[in-house]
Amino acid sequence: MDKEALIPHVAVVTRIVKETPDVKSFYVSAPEGGKPFEHKPGQCAMLSIPGQGESMISITSSPTEKDFIEFSVKKVGRVTGYLHDLEPGSQILVRGPYGRPFPVDTELKGHDLVFVAGGIGLAPLHCVINYVRAKRQDYGKVTVIYGSRSKEDLVDYREMLDEWGKDGSIDVRLTIDREEEGWDGHVGFVPNYVKELQPALSSKVLICGPPVMIKFTLAGLKEMGFALDQVYTTMEMRMKCGIGKCGRCNIGSKYVCKDGPVFRFDELDELPNEY
Amino acid sequence: MRKLALDKLDAFFKAIAKNETLYLPVRENMSAAFERYEEGTVYFEAPNTLRSAKDFFFPQSETLAAFRFQQNKIEVVDPRRESEDFVVFGVRPCDVASFKILDSVFLADPVDTYYQNRRRHSTIISLSCTKPRSTCFCTLYGIDATKGGADIDSYKCDDGYYFEANTEKGRTLLESLDSLFTDGDDTVVESQREAVRNVLEKLPFGKLDMRKFGKDAKMLELFNSPEWDELSQSCLGCGTCTFVCPTCQCFDIRDFDTGHGVQRYRCWDSCMYSDFTQMAAANPRRTQKERFRQRFMHKLVYYPEEHQGVYGCVGCGRCLERCPIHMHIVKVIKTLGEDA
Repeated sequence: MDKEALIPHVAVVTRIVKETPDVKSFYVSAPEGGKPFEHKPGQCAMLSIPGQGESMISITSSPTEKDFIEFSVKKVGRVTGYLHDLEPGSQILVRGPYGRPFPVDTELKGHDLVFVAGGIGLAPLHCVINYVRAKRQDYGKVTVIYGSRSKEDLVDYREMLDEWGKDGSIDVRLTIDREEEGWDGHVGFVPNYVKELQPALSSKVLICGPPVMIKFTLAGLKEMGFALDQVYTTMEMRMKCGIGKCGRCNIGSKYVCKDGPVFRFDELDELPNEY
Repeated sequence: MRKLALDKLDAFFKAIAKNETLYLPVRENMSAAFERYEEGTVYFEAPNTLRSAKDFFFPQSETLAAFRFQQNKIEVVDPRRESEDFVVFGVRPCDVASFKILDSVFLADPVDTYYQNRRRHSTIISLSCTKPRSTCFCTLYGIDATKGGADIDSYKCDDGYYFEANTEKGRTLLESLDSLFTDGDDTVVESQREAVRNVLEKLPFGKLDMRKFGKDAKMLELFNSPEWDELSQSCLGCGTCTFVCPTCQCFDIRDFDTGHGVQRYRCWDSCMYSDFTQMAAANPRRTQKERFRQRFMHKLVYYPEEHQGVYGCVGCGRCLERCPIHMHIVKVIKTLGEDA
């Protein structure tokens, strides 16, 4: 019988890293070693724990990684809760990858890039940033503006400052919502910080974060003179099948699992505001 | 066309059932339901069945995969088996039209093999309508109730049943039953179709103004219409419309612990339910208004936009009969389709 997309495959969680109090990163490989599947930056996959259910999770690692696929998962519900309780070496189920990726090799190539992330919204952009770092010469100036509630909620910020920023290849700008002891960096909300930094109008912008952050960041960008077709985001909806059949993740006539999750804002502008 | 004498219908069923599983409408709970034919099964020529024929390809619940465990290792069991061949008799043209809509979802890449498996092994015999009900409105969507367009189309006329094959599967089945048939006069069928067309012309909901819907609809304008408030106000969110609907295909996927392992199954779900889009942190459709709007926008605007203007409704009228508050797609079309 033909291959069936809804039947998952066994995979092994080889490494688990605690990123923040409620975010852990899971390094997942095939049981025989190597990646469970190939993906493109911005795609997602269904992770599941048998008996608990499936969750659509964005892929954090770059496709250029050879041995694993990484998922950064915030503990928010049943499946993510069970994932957080796993030990390294545990088996889980995966299927995917799903969705339309960021156009890293077409629309974004050769351009200055500005990544704007809030909280766990870094996860799907992280994959693109990793890809851009691996193919650095293909892109212009790269800026990452990343904010979270507090210092301990910033995912990977040490890696960002120490590795991404150290050779000056990526301009890393971090911010936290409120002043905090031991933090001498920027304080304030992400949308305002983006305005302060005034990114070049020729840049392509990739945003992901809480809806309110996206809303105000986009408004600020528009004020600065950015056009909607320069700005990309990745959407989140409840999903079951991941392949445009179960009928629940649509925004208007588009399914987030198959037509997204990556959308340009000029595309979203034509769809109902129901997300 | 091949003709079967009226009194040979049961012999016809018996002959099919000898080689393949046959399903046909029988009387059930003041209505009709498809049931497996066995010796003594009494066929019931209902205007339509309460549940649609989608169940044959997209059952209310089915196992997608099973998982077994051994020392922290997971084994994935593929439960799929090649479906056996089966025949369904008496599918009305609206339900035949619904299969094309279901196909466009389930057979789109990546193919849903559970659905495809049953679809491949089925032979559908449509039964053209002779007595449309007042709730029927298939004509609104250009569906011809006088000719189903299935593997085999059948017509009940005063002097017998007439059969005509449209596909290879259909021809093979008719040929295997040839001893039961005589040569039928096509003009008998044609004149009956003409008479039924005259009835269809007069269906009360057969000619609604559809200019505001379809692939060229102003999606945002319709979506933001203030009319949704009142239209959805009494909706109970019971989901009956979605369950009896031949084109509603939303499903849920869940895991069930059998005690010996885990079964992952899918079952029908409904966009009318509050938890359909509920996420850990938010729900994009918080009130019944958003859920109600989703169902009708999908059938009248979203689906047509992605499918060359074909509507996601076939006008079978089941929801008109079954909605406990008598709110349905015809009222939505009438209200939103009016010129402002």
